[in-house]
Amino acid sequence: MNTNTAEIVTTRHNHLIDPHLHIWGWEIPAYLFLGGMVAGILILTALTALRSGRNPGSRPLRLMPMVALGLLSLGMAALFLDLEYKLHVFRFYLAFLPSSPMSWGSWILVLVYPAAFLMGLTLLEPAERTAVRMWKPWRMLGMTGWVDRLFAFADSRRRGILIASLVAGACLGIYTGLLLGVLGARPLWNSTLLGPLFLVSGISTGAAFMLLFRPRDHEHRDLVRWDMAAIGAELLLLGLLLINLATGPQTSQAAAQLFLGGSWTGAFWALVVIAGLLVPLVMEVLEQRKHLNPTAISAALVLVGGISLRFILLMAGQESLGVF
Amino acid sequence: MSDVRYAMVIDTRLCVSCKACVLACQAENDVPEGFCRDWLVEEVSGTFPDLSAENRSERCNHCSNAPCVSACPTGASHIADGGVVLVNHDKCTGCKACIGACPYDARYVHPDGYVDKCTFCMHRVKDGRQPACVEVCPTACMYFGDLNDPKSDVARMLRTRKHKVLRPETGTDPNVFYLV
Repeated sequence: MNTNTAEIVTTRHNHLIDPHLHIWGWEIPAYLFLGGMVAGILILTALTALRSGRNPGSRPLRLMPMVALGLLSLGMAALFLDLEYKLHVFRFYLAFLPSSPMSWGSWILVLVYPAAFLMGLTLLEPAERTAVRMWKPWRMLGMTGWVDRLFAFADSRRRGILIASLVAGACLGIYTGLLLGVLGARPLWNSTLLGPLFLVSGISTGAAFMLLFRPRDHEHRDLVRWDMAAIGAELLLLGLLLINLATGPQTSQAAAQLFLGGSWTGAFWALVVIAGLLVPLVMEVLEQRKHLNPTAISAALVLVGGISLRFILLMAGQESLGVF
Repeated sequence: MSDVRYAMVIDTRLCVSCKACVLACQAENDVPEGFCRDWLVEEVSGTFPDLSAENRSERCNHCSNAPCVSACPTGASHIADGGVVLVNHDKCTGCKACIGACPYDARYVHPDGYVDKCTFCMHRVKDGRQPACVEVCPTACMYFGDLNDPKSDVARMLRTRKHKVLRPETGTDPNVFYLV
């Protein structure tokens, strides 16, 4: 486009394409949020178990890998809803195309499920294991022996399983960002910084989600510290992303304007930066310094920020072409 | 892969935005109502009264470095013989990654669920005919042929006339050229 262009008229008016792209609705940001949060939960759970060598003391944290699998399945259901040709969903698993982050993601999800499930088994305490073994369907199907064997396998490979969960979680977190980051056609997204950005946002929202279940004091303290570190990294990466865009070529500068005076400015700064990052960070710092009683408000705000980041980036990014 | 590299050359100085190419394509390819595989863009530059206009018939650029093909998770989007970018409907899940990847917004979701776009009318080209848009153009502003054949119209035009491609900064190496 010439800089002195006065007017552009196009006859194209394709559904979901014009006047600007809106091919992805709520399903994709919902998945990106849930996937990131699950990545964070797996990373933090695996790290804690690896560092302490013990299982988490509070039951909600021990059950977290299983909860994460439920959340991930919800996210995948959203992904499925987004597919326009749902009967062809199996096609994802008949190919591996290294240049396509979506193809990587499909296979990463296949790795996440068994890793998280086995981690979930190995974290259970004896009483909880008995409850699992005594679950009626297993007994009716005569599968109690299989359940015992699974527990034995998970325990014998405990360290490997924890490391696999850590790696699978990190891959999941990074890929949700690269899914958008490699799309050179959309200047707002076209940065690999989105990989680490979504990863640290996932760790932050994962910690916040776990904090909602009232873990024990030392677990609470560790999670808040992880959250503060992740929020700090997220602020830094968001800043770098904006600088990268604002100092880039004309199309990138136009994309930066979406957040620096353009149509998404208010939503981005109010929901993502202030309500989702700065306010909970200040609350957590005060809570740690002044030894205040913890509240669920900061964790809830982090979750709102995590959802907002993905919705706003996805919606704004679809507007960031701007030339025919 | 054959040595043929199909390309289209469009003379913006002859195009009058009559829309015949759009209608011919819709009829030839049974494009669903409300959608188009090719379209017209009129770009007016300058300040009144010193204006200049450029008319372009636009479509999929059949990029040699096609971001839609790189983004496709199932191999449905692929580069076929002659360098033409096609979508295998049987492999397409309608995930729309290719639409997000295309800098030209040349793709759309067909009401049947798969992603659809210009095919350079390969079903006609195989029979030795021209794409429908090229054949119907009343000002003969469009040329189609093998860029690797020095005697073809497209190769000759690009040798002798000033030309450009759209959004070159995206590095897609398009095979649709505009004479300016």
